Amino acid sequence: MSTNEALLLAVLASSFLPGLVIFILPEQQVALRTTLNLLGAFSKLGLVIVLLAGVYQDQTYTFRHVVLPGLELALKADALGLLFITLSAILWLLTTLYAIGYLEGAPHRSRFFGFFSLCVTATMGIAMAGNLFTFFIFYELLTLSTFPLVVHRGTDKAMQGGTVYLRYTLFGGALLLAGIVWLHHLLGHTEFAHAGIVASLGAEHTGSLKLIFLLLIAGIGVKAALVPLHGWLPQAMVAPAPVSALLHAVAVVKAGAFGIARVVYEVYGVEFAQSLNLLLPLALVAAITILWGSLRALFQDDLKKRLAFSTVSQVAYIALGLALFGPVATVGGLVHQGIMKITLFFCAGNYAETLGIHKVSEMNGAGRRMPLTTLAFSIAALGMMGAPFTAGAISKAWLMDGAEAAGSPWAVWVLWTSSLLNAAYFLPILWRAWFKEAKTWPHEHIPARGWRETGWLLLLPPLLTAVATLAAGIFADSSISPLAWAQLITEREYLTRQP
Amino acid sequence: MTEALLDPLPGLILLPLAWGIAAFLLGPGRGAAPAIVTLSLQFLFCLQLTHQVLADGPATHPVGGWGAPLGIDLMADGLATAMLLLTQAVALPLAVYARAYFRPGAPEARHFWPLFGLLLAGLNGLFLSADLFNVYVTLELVGLAAVGLVAMGGGAGQIAAALRYLFATLLGSGAYLLGVALIYGSYGSVSITTLEPLVAAHAPTLVGLAGGLMLLGLMLKTALFPFHFWLPPAHGGAAAPVSALLSALVVKASFYLILRLWLGPLAPLSALHPLLPWLPALLGTAAIFWGSWKAIRALRLKMMIAYSTVAQLGYLFLIFPLLGALGGLQAGIMQAFAHGLAKAAMFAAAGVLIKATGQDTIAGLAGAAQKLPLTLFAFGLAGVTLMGLPPSAGFLAKWQLIEAALGQDCWLIALVALAGGLLAAVYVFRVLRQAFLLTAPESSLQPVPRSLEWAAFALASASVLLGLRGVELMQLLHVGWAG
Repeated sequence: MSTNEALLLAVLASSFLPGLVIFILPEQQVALRTTLNLLGAFSKLGLVIVLLAGVYQDQTYTFRHVVLPGLELALKADALGLLFITLSAILWLLTTLYAIGYLEGAPHRSRFFGFFSLCVTATMGIAMAGNLFTFFIFYELLTLSTFPLVVHRGTDKAMQGGTVYLRYTLFGGALLLAGIVWLHHLLGHTEFAHAGIVASLGAEHTGSLKLIFLLLIAGIGVKAALVPLHGWLPQAMVAPAPVSALLHAVAVVKAGAFGIARVVYEVYGVEFAQSLNLLLPLALVAAITILWGSLRALFQDDLKKRLAFSTVSQVAYIALGLALFGPVATVGGLVHQGIMKITLFFCAGNYAETLGIHKVSEMNGAGRRMPLTTLAFSIAALGMMGAPFTAGAISKAWLMDGAEAAGSPWAVWVLWTSSLLNAAYFLPILWRAWFKEAKTWPHEHIPARGWRETGWLLLLPPLLTAVATLAAGIFADSSISPLAWAQLITEREYLTRQP
Repeated sequence: MTEALLDPLPGLILLPLAWGIAAFLLGPGRGAAPAIVTLSLQFLFCLQLTHQVLADGPATHPVGGWGAPLGIDLMADGLATAMLLLTQAVALPLAVYARAYFRPGAPEARHFWPLFGLLLAGLNGLFLSADLFNVYVTLELVGLAAVGLVAMGGGAGQIAAALRYLFATLLGSGAYLLGVALIYGSYGSVSITTLEPLVAAHAPTLVGLAGGLMLLGLMLKTALFPFHFWLPPAHGGAAAPVSALLSALVVKASFYLILRLWLGPLAPLSALHPLLPWLPALLGTAAIFWGSWKAIRALRLKMMIAYSTVAQLGYLFLIFPLLGALGGLQAGIMQAFAHGLAKAAMFAAAGVLIKATGQDTIAGLAGAAQKLPLTLFAFGLAGVTLMGLPPSAGFLAKWQLIEAALGQDCWLIALVALAGGLLAAVYVFRVLRQAFLLTAPESSLQPVPRSLEWAAFALASASVLLGLRGVELMQLLHVGWAG
């Protein structure tokens, strides 16, 4: 096995192996478990940096393993996948830190961190999948590894949320599998390739291909929470804060968005999908999702539910972008949104853990008691609205430009309306937190010690991601920004192939 | 004799017979150690045989130097070798499991090891038989040993279940024997290879009746819906290692025979009408829905697993309309492996849970995950295979089944396979949910030997790992494939 092959497997193993060991660790072994967690997270980050450097220098990384005659497990690291991998690796590290602080003293941490590691392994696998078969394997692994995290608390509500989550995702998985096997049957393979692979099929398959597209997008759309398949997302909010953060920012929802990107760009190809009239319906669904999610968010008093509906809305930006305007806007959006959303969830977790605040109506004066957390929250929320000097501004600008360039003025309207709605559901939170008088907190768990408003492991991750939100906005033009990488993807994969 | 012991074909029959007899001579409840040692040897034999069959094609052995038509031939083609491999791969961990499960001197374990040896000798003999009458003999051997294993516990429920099982299995093999007699009357031969061209050349109505009787008898023994009535009490009521053996292996033996007849001597008959292969598929579909429904409703853990077997056996019969291509057979055998390994693991895990909690209800599992994480993990992995989620042998089986179905325009079968997976998820997650509940009523779990947990885990891992590498198994099925 060559080094390049081994590197891909090592990226998976760096979270898979620690996860397995953590499963069998006794509950009391806190130090060893923490060491393993951090060792895994840091070594993964190191490996990903090596990969990044390699891919930047146009090295190819592939790994293939024959599972059945004619059926191969394929891993590859390309520019598009690496963007997702890097995002996941960094945010996994931060979320692990956060979770260590968040779950201090809580029961069943071995189980939690075991599945947590599996979940990240699955996300990495989704990002590196070289064909739909491999994609599906990791996609279902993600379902299986996130379910125990969602029901982690074991309460009736958690069980209920978990059941709803399973019902949606397993049903989606069945649709996806049907689509993939069908495609495999028609083509004999399901490899991802630039400009798609299905265009070679004759015109007699057009009907089948449309149906397969529907199956694939519906199956993946469950995880991407496209309306009307989004019902599980607000229910899954019963999960502990680090899980919600990971689910929303990286793992599940983004895996869905990423999957849609692979299907549109590398299975069907934009031109071919366009010629089958598949992209406009997708764009419409995305637009409806954007507006519906924002509207629902407006009426949620539960802070995490408001954020959840906000996710429903924001992830559909990616789908909208995919359907209409090409990769830069969307891929950049994947990263930018991930960073901002995880900040918001970290902060929501901090409010709940420190002061017992779960509802927007309880937020009065939270900014004075927890200025740093609230600062991070404000930066991320402003970013979501598309305020200047944040990552959100860049994404939104690209989306708007893209919408105009694509000649879809209705999409511009959708984006503007959504921005207004974003402001309408985020600004009241900020207003309450900063400018309203505090009364008493629902339940103060962690007392303030000087400037340390809460545990430092809870405080550090949101501050870092908030800084990243600003940095991605201010330094968008620098060569190491997510945007620059997104442009690299465009150049490599979507422009060079055109004559 | 020594020569025969070293050749895999007779060795696979003689060795289990030898350790079964040794266990009988050693006395009640003893004989675990020789069984485990010899089973390891049998497993190695199987690997050697696999290698040999892959390299040189089907292996034969004339018993006592007298080959067919005068003497008896043992024959192993790809299909038979695959089944032998599955049998030893399931039996070996289960022997380790049973050794820890039955306390030495426990009355319910008195006859376990001799009957286990007899059962394995019968199973291996059945897979290696090349004529219909030997098949009958081994079929009876398997049936009687299995009934004895169910009755072994001695409880009223177990005796009743065993009697019902005995009735079903005797009825089944009786019908089969009648069919064999009619065939012999028509052609004067019971050799499978000799019969094939004869039936193809000329098949009077009587032969059709014979074929129908044989298949019906075997379906009764395989517990295909609606002949499944005997299975849940027998499999759900027996001791855990016995349930595992019965669900994983014994029902597969009669399925193997149906397949063998369908592809071999009875092929001309099954081709008489295009709708004929749809009959088993239809019954299989009914089995999937009915078995899953009953499993979802079951209150007792082992009953749930037993009904799940009824459902999973249904998948095996979905392949009959697809047997025109190798893909259908491959899907079926992959499913037999997936279910065999996973169901053995699941019954083994259930045995641990029952021993630990002291009772057999799903509701009583609350909080078990904290005390027995490895067992619950094994149960979960086995569940992944049964649901057909990746990566697992069950997933590959589902993939192959759907692809074979699409390849032959039988998309209904693909739909049934997908729906069956979702139904399996309902009953598997019902157990996992319960076990993960935080509220353990009182921590009164009994300690269980670790080897029980590890044996269940090994079986479950095997069912998952096979999902990462199925190439060799599929190649094996090429050997001896006529189509």
